[in-house]
Amino acid sequence: MQERLRISGLDKTFTLHLQGGTVIPVMKDANLSVSEGECVALAGPSGAGKSSLLRMIYANYRANAGEILIREQDTMTNIVTADPRKIIELRRSTIGYVSQFLRVIPRVSAIDIVAEPAVVQGRAGDDARDAARALLARLNLPERLWALPPATFSGGEQQRVNIARGFLSSYDLLLLDEPTASLDAANRRVVMDMIGEKKAAGVAIVAIFHDEEVRDAIADRVVDVTDFTDAERVA
Amino acid sequence: MNKQHYNFAYLDEQTKRMIRRAILKGIAVPGYQVPFASREMPMPYGWGTGGVQVTAAVLGRDDVLKVIDQGSDDTTNAVAIRGFFKKTAGVETTTQTREATVIQTRHRIPEEPLKAHQILVYQVPIPEPLRFLEPRETETRKMHALSEYGLMHVKLYEDITRHGHIATTYAYPVQVDGHYVMDPSPTPKFDNPKMQRMAALQLFGAGREKRIYAIPPHTEVVSLDFDDHPFSIQQWDRPCELCGARDSYLDEIVLDDKGKRMFACSDTDHCERRQSAQGEARHG
Amino acid sequence: MVEGDMKHGPLLRVNRLTKFYGARTGCRDVSFELWPGEVLAIVGESGSGKTTLLSCLWGDLMPTAGSIEYRMRDGRMRDVMRLSEAERRLLMRTDWGFVRQNPADGLRMNVSAGANVGERLMAVGARHYGNIRSEASDWLGRVEIATDRIDDMPRQFSGGMRQRLQIARNLVTGPRLVFMDEPTGGLDVSVQARLLDLLRGLVADLSIAVVIVTHDLAVARLLSHRMLVMRGGVVVEEGLTDQVLDDPQAEYSQLLVSSILQA
Repeated sequence: MQERLRISGLDKTFTLHLQGGTVIPVMKDANLSVSEGECVALAGPSGAGKSSLLRMIYANYRANAGEILIREQDTMTNIVTADPRKIIELRRSTIGYVSQFLRVIPRVSAIDIVAEPAVVQGRAGDDARDAARALLARLNLPERLWALPPATFSGGEQQRVNIARGFLSSYDLLLLDEPTASLDAANRRVVMDMIGEKKAAGVAIVAIFHDEEVRDAIADRVVDVTDFTDAERVA
Repeated sequence: MNKQHYNFAYLDEQTKRMIRRAILKGIAVPGYQVPFASREMPMPYGWGTGGVQVTAAVLGRDDVLKVIDQGSDDTTNAVAIRGFFKKTAGVETTTQTREATVIQTRHRIPEEPLKAHQILVYQVPIPEPLRFLEPRETETRKMHALSEYGLMHVKLYEDITRHGHIATTYAYPVQVDGHYVMDPSPTPKFDNPKMQRMAALQLFGAGREKRIYAIPPHTEVVSLDFDDHPFSIQQWDRPCELCGARDSYLDEIVLDDKGKRMFACSDTDHCERRQSAQGEARHG
Repeated sequence: MVEGDMKHGPLLRVNRLTKFYGARTGCRDVSFELWPGEVLAIVGESGSGKTTLLSCLWGDLMPTAGSIEYRMRDGRMRDVMRLSEAERRLLMRTDWGFVRQNPADGLRMNVSAGANVGERLMAVGARHYGNIRSEASDWLGRVEIATDRIDDMPRQFSGGMRQRLQIARNLVTGPRLVFMDEPTGGLDVSVQARLLDLLRGLVADLSIAVVIVTHDLAVARLLSHRMLVMRGGVVVEEGLTDQVLDDPQAEYSQLLVSSILQA
């Protein structure tokens, strides 16, 4: 199994300048490897740094030290030190990130929000929109919402749009932050199936699940982030 | 006014030298507006103070002067300026185009083609063709220097948009010698083609705006236009009622209070010569 | 010398750009590269130097020190400040654009919408009225102005329409680099949203590189890939836009981010 993600010696602290320079340690010497077709679940109590780790893999948060190597075909790129253009390119081609909250764009319809990353990856617009419709239908998003901008959607509706957006494109590495949090049982089932299909297609997945039942059903491995955030290690 | 008390042609010789230098520079850079130290003249601005200063600077004792306003020799402005030079320079004056060596004009170019020994002096109210769209002098100068004339076409574009055709009929912009775009003074565009490769020297004087510019003889003078809206001149569907000319610029003349009108040549000398030639033909 | 290949080299390279107003600092040692299709936001409060920087880039101000290099259409990097005035002005009305905060500063208010859009075409020699008009009409459509408004004067337009007209007027010559100074400032929120969405689409479709100066972090987040945070004339932080906004490192960036009202 080819390694898709390798994290080693990763450190992260927040320095709060507005609070007298308080330094909040988040992570010390984190190490993680994820291979193709593998789903690794991050576990740990709230505030343990699960989301921070996902964000660092996506380069949304900066790391203070260490490496996050991401495979793109035959090369491994360290996203911690990659220049912004390279990061943007990796986000387009390789890394998908389904955050907890949808960042809506004024006036852009749900369909187009879902289709956009696939179009950026080179899929024809009409084809991508057809696929987006199919995916939104599968996620039971009422058809009357498809052409509307999701700003006024409920939390669960927005989340399904967000999931569809992340799953429609073909990324080698998917980062999922509580993808099933505000979904009902039926939709949770659909998302679990979709994750299973991505795994079968060889996608490497790092996910945070709020629901242990879902986590245990999907994850190949559970990594406890408190191992990286242990008081003694962080100190 | 006693002519004895004035220098020849009113202006002192130093002033004339200054104006001649401006004229020479204007000739050297065709279409370029040369600033000059315009003098107060014994007439109001707008009555041809620029043209008068240019005429005064080029006039010699042997010159024969003709002054026209709207093509006519006998309008107030023309009569006054002719009288002015008669008094201050004592030069011979004429109403006949072919006899004149210097012709000062407002609004028209004579119908009869001018010759190499003649000078045509235009009175110009607003010399800057870009002023309509660009109020900053620093910017218009830069635009002239760099031949950036897109704005002139913006003006013509607006014409077509509003009127369906280029509705500018007076002061129609021309490009001189492939560089400077110039306002040919408020002559009708009918006269623009006459400026092209004219044998006579053309001088332009703007007194209030303190600018002189020139077109040397035989210079390319092209009227701006669009490929699909080419430059064209006014046409009348009737001939001159006095001389029967079909190729001259016609004025509409109101004849009485009942609205009776007629169309006749605006160039009175041209019209009269044609009429007398026809009379001779009839009587001869 | 042609550096790299055209697609993958930087379009604009700013090196240690500095502007002093007497003893006062306008901006100091600002360096960045901008690549084709990349949107760079320069954020900061009034007096941060962002407007000085923009004015230097556009040539309204002469920098005290530093260089501005631009990749011309022939692939050569040229020092913009060493171009002849004719070259620079040609560059600015063909390959560059400038969208000003107040549309009245970027439009000719006394000529029609069509002529406003057509002006750049005429400036580079377009001489076919019909073609100019159809191109202008096409651009009005792209910025969502009804094409039957083509003969109306900008003063008859709302603020948002004027701003969209200004955008069309700039984009008609297919510029590769557009500067924007608070393009959504002074507009109603709903009008802002429409404009932002339009800009986002046009910039992406046409792959235009943009330097956008704004104090509005939401605008920066929506439009830009990268961001420079300026304060007191210097760049205090730079990076990917979402990185700077979500994990700001510098004290001033943290203050700026924490000052946003959450809707």
